[in-house]
Amino acid sequence: MLRSRPPVAPPLVRLALAPLPLAPLQPLLALCLNAIVGRHPNLFDRLGAHAGKRIGLNPTDLPFSFVLVPRRARPAIRAVRRLPPDLDANISGPFAGLIGLIDGAYDGDALVFSRDLLVEGDMEAVLALRNAIDNAEIDFVGEAAASLGVLAGPAQVIVRALRRAHRSAPSSQRTTRRAWS
Amino acid sequence: MRLTLGPVLFHWGPQVWRDFYFRIADEAPVDAVVVGEVVCSKRAPFYGDVFPDVIERLAAAGKDVILASLALATLPRERRQMAELAGNGLFMVEANDVACLQHLAKRPHAIGPLVNVYNEATAAFFARQGARRICLPPELPLQSIAAIAQSEPNVLTEVFAFGNVPLAISARCYHARLHKLAKDNCRFVCGNDPDGLAVDTLDGERFLAINGVQTLSHTCASLLGDIPDLAAAGVGALRLSPQLCDMAAVALVFRDVMDGACEAGHGHELLAAVYPEARFTNGFARGMAGAEYV
Amino acid sequence: MELVCPAGTPAALRAAIGAGADAVYCGFSDETNARNFPGLNFSREEMGESIAYAHAEKAKVLVAINTFPRAGATAIWRRAVDDAVDLGADALIVADIGLLDYVARTHPHQRLHLSVQAAAANPDSIQFYVDNFAVRRVVLPRVLSVAEIAAINLDASCETEVFVFGGLCVMAEGRCSLSSYATGQSPNMHGVCSPASHVSYRQEGDALVSRLGDFTINRFAADEPAPYPTLCKGRFSTKSGSGYIFEDPASLDAAALLPALRDAGVTALKIEGRQRSRAYIEGVVRAFREALEALDSGRPIVTSGLARMTEGQTTTSGAYRKSWR
Repeated sequence: MLRSRPPVAPPLVRLALAPLPLAPLQPLLALCLNAIVGRHPNLFDRLGAHAGKRIGLNPTDLPFSFVLVPRRARPAIRAVRRLPPDLDANISGPFAGLIGLIDGAYDGDALVFSRDLLVEGDMEAVLALRNAIDNAEIDFVGEAAASLGVLAGPAQVIVRALRRAHRSAPSSQRTTRRAWS
Repeated sequence: MRLTLGPVLFHWGPQVWRDFYFRIADEAPVDAVVVGEVVCSKRAPFYGDVFPDVIERLAAAGKDVILASLALATLPRERRQMAELAGNGLFMVEANDVACLQHLAKRPHAIGPLVNVYNEATAAFFARQGARRICLPPELPLQSIAAIAQSEPNVLTEVFAFGNVPLAISARCYHARLHKLAKDNCRFVCGNDPDGLAVDTLDGERFLAINGVQTLSHTCASLLGDIPDLAAAGVGALRLSPQLCDMAAVALVFRDVMDGACEAGHGHELLAAVYPEARFTNGFARGMAGAEYV
Repeated sequence: MELVCPAGTPAALRAAIGAGADAVYCGFSDETNARNFPGLNFSREEMGESIAYAHAEKAKVLVAINTFPRAGATAIWRRAVDDAVDLGADALIVADIGLLDYVARTHPHQRLHLSVQAAAANPDSIQFYVDNFAVRRVVLPRVLSVAEIAAINLDASCETEVFVFGGLCVMAEGRCSLSSYATGQSPNMHGVCSPASHVSYRQEGDALVSRLGDFTINRFAADEPAPYPTLCKGRFSTKSGSGYIFEDPASLDAAALLPALRDAGVTALKIEGRQRSRAYIEGVVRAFREALEALDSGRPIVTSGLARMTEGQTTTSGAYRKSWR
């Protein structure tokens, strides 16, 4: 089933997550990324010259962001409080929208047209990444969770809860986007 | 190298149009003149009365007269018009729509710049069909021009060298749309803009020009400085596309630069004086954005 | 009527077939096809696997080799043709006359479709391609009304395919150099229009400004949708008024016209969007499959909810209704 707009996490989630330290998140992120990359090695063929670019992922409804470097040899993802200014490109939007891009629940173009997502910087790199990920057919929640071992259960619960959040916060999209722009 | 005057793309009205061609016949050092309505079939009836006089005057002045076809035919009337034109039996016809070629095969004809000839294979096909002249699409870079011209030495390869560059053709009339008129009841508002209607960006920068169903660049192509390279590429003729300026003077500048009687730099200054409103570009020929000038 | 659907990746091809496509069109990942976008399209190996997959699912694969070969480099396009034939493509979609000539001479049994990029907009043009290259189907340009399409089908000695959904070219396809005027990259030569490499968005106060190369294409207020800065769908200003001078950033949706298109004798319906995600393709293909089933069983056609997927978030029936002109 095709979804047209991503839900935005309620402000409560943001508040709840804000005081959490980022350091423990780091090994978990690395595990997820390596698991996904390991299962989808052909992802990099589509990235071509864009594989070394540094791309910021900014979930506007969460109190932290990510820097992704989709290199074939040593792909990296890092959680940060604030995105550094020298990235090649940034993608901002509700966390559920960003995840939905990865597992194909949402059409990225439509999210950009509707301004649920904002893309800045190297458009070509973002397009290549989007197309590479779209072809990889990644089950983000399943694969990422599987890589977390004992933490799989709680992680899935959190992500699925974020996805469902729109039921409790149907009208907060506009405010979130404004907060970003 | 020869000089060709392309068809008037704008709706000038019969009086201005006739006087323009009479002056061309008398004063412009061009070898060939392409005449006919290319953009909009609704305009053609305006010129019916003066058309024979113009053709006669040009032919009498020793110009090769070539009759241009419409660029986009969709209506039965337009198809008939195209078939009649192709069957005229007196003058060479320049096809600006593939439809016209269906009537011209095996007879000597010309291919206009609005038919897609991007490579030597397409040029070879047209040459086998009877094309004697091919004016290449304006967006082609010099390398492509050279490859095509050199592969077909028996076909006169022509390049769009002066004028607002035709960039697109549509079924929709932008003049009518802008004036909130239906295309079928357009009141010929395009006639109010004899050099095209400027389309600016929201920042006020000059960008494009609309001419009924056609979109052109706002800038004016000038390949005056590229003439040695074009000649070396094997180009046989340059096309000057009529703008609202003294086109006989434009032709004279090109002629002098082509003959070595005038340096390109000085020619450029002369051209700027003849057409002071113009900003010149040659980006397409140089393999860059068409809006660039090097 | 046959439902012809886009695929920019093997995953999208499988999604399209799963959602009910009769045929999928796609291209090699290079300048030989008109959607030469980063990260998109098929390697030779992927094309072979995808054709095998499609055939196992009783679907066809139409390979688009529909840019205009660069002079002096036509071998790249000829190799694409040869490979597509070897890989078992059900048809090739070609626009360039030199390349059509090559296919007709070298692979006389290969089914050939005339690409929309050839903009064959009348029976004489179509007959030219049928007579010279034995083209079996013409993809009609998006400049014709339904009545004109019906007239063409009465005259034409080949099948016709028309676009029913997706991005709408306002200009006659394959006859537009607006993109290369602004960026140096054209649909005809490079397989891109208003390419991402030349696109930028910039926040100016409350407004979001989209630019293509050196030119501002649009300026959006805070709550407006922000479609991609495709040149002909930008906002511009003239002495006689400003706004969407060429076309609103609306997408084509001809679902309501399916009965009229069937009655006009159309063979195949085409969905635009090889550059779009598989989520988009899945959604749109499924909606049109359901619409076709409704049409066949005489039920009313409902395709709501697709507007959200489109560029301007609104749709138009385009040139199919004559008033569009």
